Amino acid sequence: MTITKTKNVKTEQRTKILTGNHAAAHAFRQAKVGVVSAYPITPQSPVVEKIADFIAKGKLNARFVKVESEHSALAVCCAASATGSRVGTATSSHGLMFMYEMLPWASGNRLPIVINLATRATGAPWSVWTDHQDFITVRDVGWIQLFCENNQEIYDTNIQAFKIAEDPRNFLPVIVGYDGYILSHTMMPVILENQAEIDEFLPPLKHHINLSDISVVKGIDPVTTPHIRDRGNEGTAPGYFEYRYALQKALENSINIIKEVHDDYTTKFGRSYGNGIFKTFKADNADTIIFAMGSVAAQARVAVERLRDSGTKIGLVSLKLFRPYPAKELRDYFKTKKAIIVFDRDIGYGYEGVLSYELKSALYNLPEAPFIKGFIVGLGGRDITTDHIIEGVKIALKQKESGIISQKTEFLGLKLDELDFLK
Amino acid sequence: MVNVLDLPEEELIYPGTRACAGCSMALIYRIALKALGKNTIITVPASCLTVLHGMQGFCTTKVSVLHTPFATTGASASGIVASLEDKGLNEDINVVAFAGDGGTVDIGIQSLSGAVERGTNFIFACYDNEAYMNTGVQRSGSTPPGAFSTTTPDGKIGYKKDMPKILEAHGVPYVATAISSYPLDLYEKFSRAKEIYGPKYIHILAPCPPGWGYEPKDSIKIGRLAVQTGFWPLYEVIEGKFQLSKDSRRYLDPKKRKPIEEYLSLQKRFRNISDEIIANYRDYIDNLWKDIKTRTKEEN
Amino acid sequence: MTDTKNDYQKILGSVQKPVKGEAGKTGSWSPKKPIIDIEKCIPAKSGKPSCFNCWLYCPEAVVSRTIPPKIDFDYCKGCGICMEECPVKAITMEEVSIE
Repeated sequence: MTITKTKNVKTEQRTKILTGNHAAAHAFRQAKVGVVSAYPITPQSPVVEKIADFIAKGKLNARFVKVESEHSALAVCCAASATGSRVGTATSSHGLMFMYEMLPWASGNRLPIVINLATRATGAPWSVWTDHQDFITVRDVGWIQLFCENNQEIYDTNIQAFKIAEDPRNFLPVIVGYDGYILSHTMMPVILENQAEIDEFLPPLKHHINLSDISVVKGIDPVTTPHIRDRGNEGTAPGYFEYRYALQKALENSINIIKEVHDDYTTKFGRSYGNGIFKTFKADNADTIIFAMGSVAAQARVAVERLRDSGTKIGLVSLKLFRPYPAKELRDYFKTKKAIIVFDRDIGYGYEGVLSYELKSALYNLPEAPFIKGFIVGLGGRDITTDHIIEGVKIALKQKESGIISQKTEFLGLKLDELDFLK
Repeated sequence: MVNVLDLPEEELIYPGTRACAGCSMALIYRIALKALGKNTIITVPASCLTVLHGMQGFCTTKVSVLHTPFATTGASASGIVASLEDKGLNEDINVVAFAGDGGTVDIGIQSLSGAVERGTNFIFACYDNEAYMNTGVQRSGSTPPGAFSTTTPDGKIGYKKDMPKILEAHGVPYVATAISSYPLDLYEKFSRAKEIYGPKYIHILAPCPPGWGYEPKDSIKIGRLAVQTGFWPLYEVIEGKFQLSKDSRRYLDPKKRKPIEEYLSLQKRFRNISDEIIANYRDYIDNLWKDIKTRTKEEN
Repeated sequence: MTDTKNDYQKILGSVQKPVKGEAGKTGSWSPKKPIIDIEKCIPAKSGKPSCFNCWLYCPEAVVSRTIPPKIDFDYCKGCGICMEECPVKAITMEEVSIE
């Protein structure tokens, strides 16, 4: 056997035992972000603590702007991005909601910013535990929204997120969501790829604005009118309507780019997450599908095994890309299925679970549309057990069979009977 | 003291902006940009200056401008500075936030305080026209007592926030007050500020013809009266050291100050001001100058 | 409306470019324009660069720092500040017809 001194790429991979938060921080380090700005909030804080540590130890050459609020955090990110740097932040729940004003600002200005969102319930009352309400609530602001099921996926998705965001066909900001505590604070083995390979996959950002180049004078984000502006020889300028049309088209088009980036990543690093849009588990030959996201999907994998043991032809579709909503892809996949049971760790208050009603809308008018039934689970960190999911599947299939479909929003795992004042 | 000929002849704003006739903010901005020069990036929240910058596709300045939501001016400047540091360009480019009084003393105070506390190397300039003029003259934390606004039809009750003092309390290396009526003083202050490393704050009173209720031609005269009555002292605090500016020095002598009524009576917003509030103004000015006198003695 | 060539990809962040007269010919805002009496104007009389208050105080940058100062009526909004600030009262506001 001859030992050569050739640089072996594989040996430079490192497997580390990391929390989800630290997996995100390592991804930021390896993406060589130029500016980070964040404000502490549970359960996100360890992401930015780790980034501060990387900077202090010289492992990351970035500016960390330690702001006085999340609103400022995203404002710093927007300005730093417009000045031409690769930027990112992390937040949770109230932090994301406090950023709200800046979210459509970032997407409207087409700034390729990445936010890591360690999901957490929204008050009142206070809860630091996970649900997907924060993630769901920002669905209409024009960001790409991806969700992760494990810590490796958090790392891989973050690297992909910068590539997706900065693609000149896109120039769109990205939120990478993962369940607070369940992933954010749980250690798992994570493969960190070697830096040269990451650099090759993710070349430096070429920003479409780049204020740092002062040789070209630009006014950014002026007041727009409802009309096209025509100044004759000096040219024309789009109205608000055209800007927002372009944003929508970019989002629609980004689905293909997201798939492309995912496939390139898979080719290079060997790990894949379904088709980059959704992941399936024993679903291809199943009649009945559980549809869920993040921690709920992870738990549903166990339920699928158990239900299959008892003879139900069931599988799981775990949604990874929530915005832009992959309606066409889901429609294609679900058109031959008989029943879909949706478990939402969120709720469109006053209506039902958001994943549930959006899926209904996506499958509307299919010649043989599957039966769809949604359940609300796990708000504010309430445990989601395999039994809850199995119970939900059974209730749904019974309703399907009987034809008596409850239109009520049903909660699984409620414990009203344990409240003494209700007895 | 600079001479008019020391100012660069080149204009960094094109004529034909949307600013009202006689707008002192336009003058302030014009003079400030002369001091700052072309190697400057400006960030601006929702304000009259957004209007001056022009609309949709076309702008008015020869320096780049980043508009940003109302509350974020300090943060936006921080982001520009951080990115320039990331790119190693921070030595060459001035980052300047330009906000109105609402964007500074009210909705913008948090991000300004944060940016300053972090030691961000930038200039924050507040042009203070003493109300939300861009939205139609609603009162702000910087509206003076007794002034009419569309939300204080009987005159404002309360005080005008002393924002320069608040910034001074942050321990920033440079705080100054200025006014459009003394453009050479204004020019000097911006010139000085850009040579200092760290956060710089310049608070500029900006008379507003439609908002204050006077003829556009009187913009300079009214502002001068603000100084001559002692209501708006021009000063600098450099590294904590108080320095009364040349144009205000003579008003250390109370006899040299013009009666406050001369300032108030020219403005329709004070038409219904009570004698009691006018008396309060006199007390306010007396106390203000006692403090200035003490500081001038102790710190020089 | 076409988007077959992915035209939308060219409509990115809302970026402006600098132009003169962004708000149009603002000279049309007021028929009154400052007229400088060369007999009184300090730099015009002395032939030396001096005073230039009209240039200094103009909010609109429409006065030139020349001898004598020239005013761009295409963009002068007629505020009258230069008239007020002229130390020798060399400026009067007069109705001028502008096409």
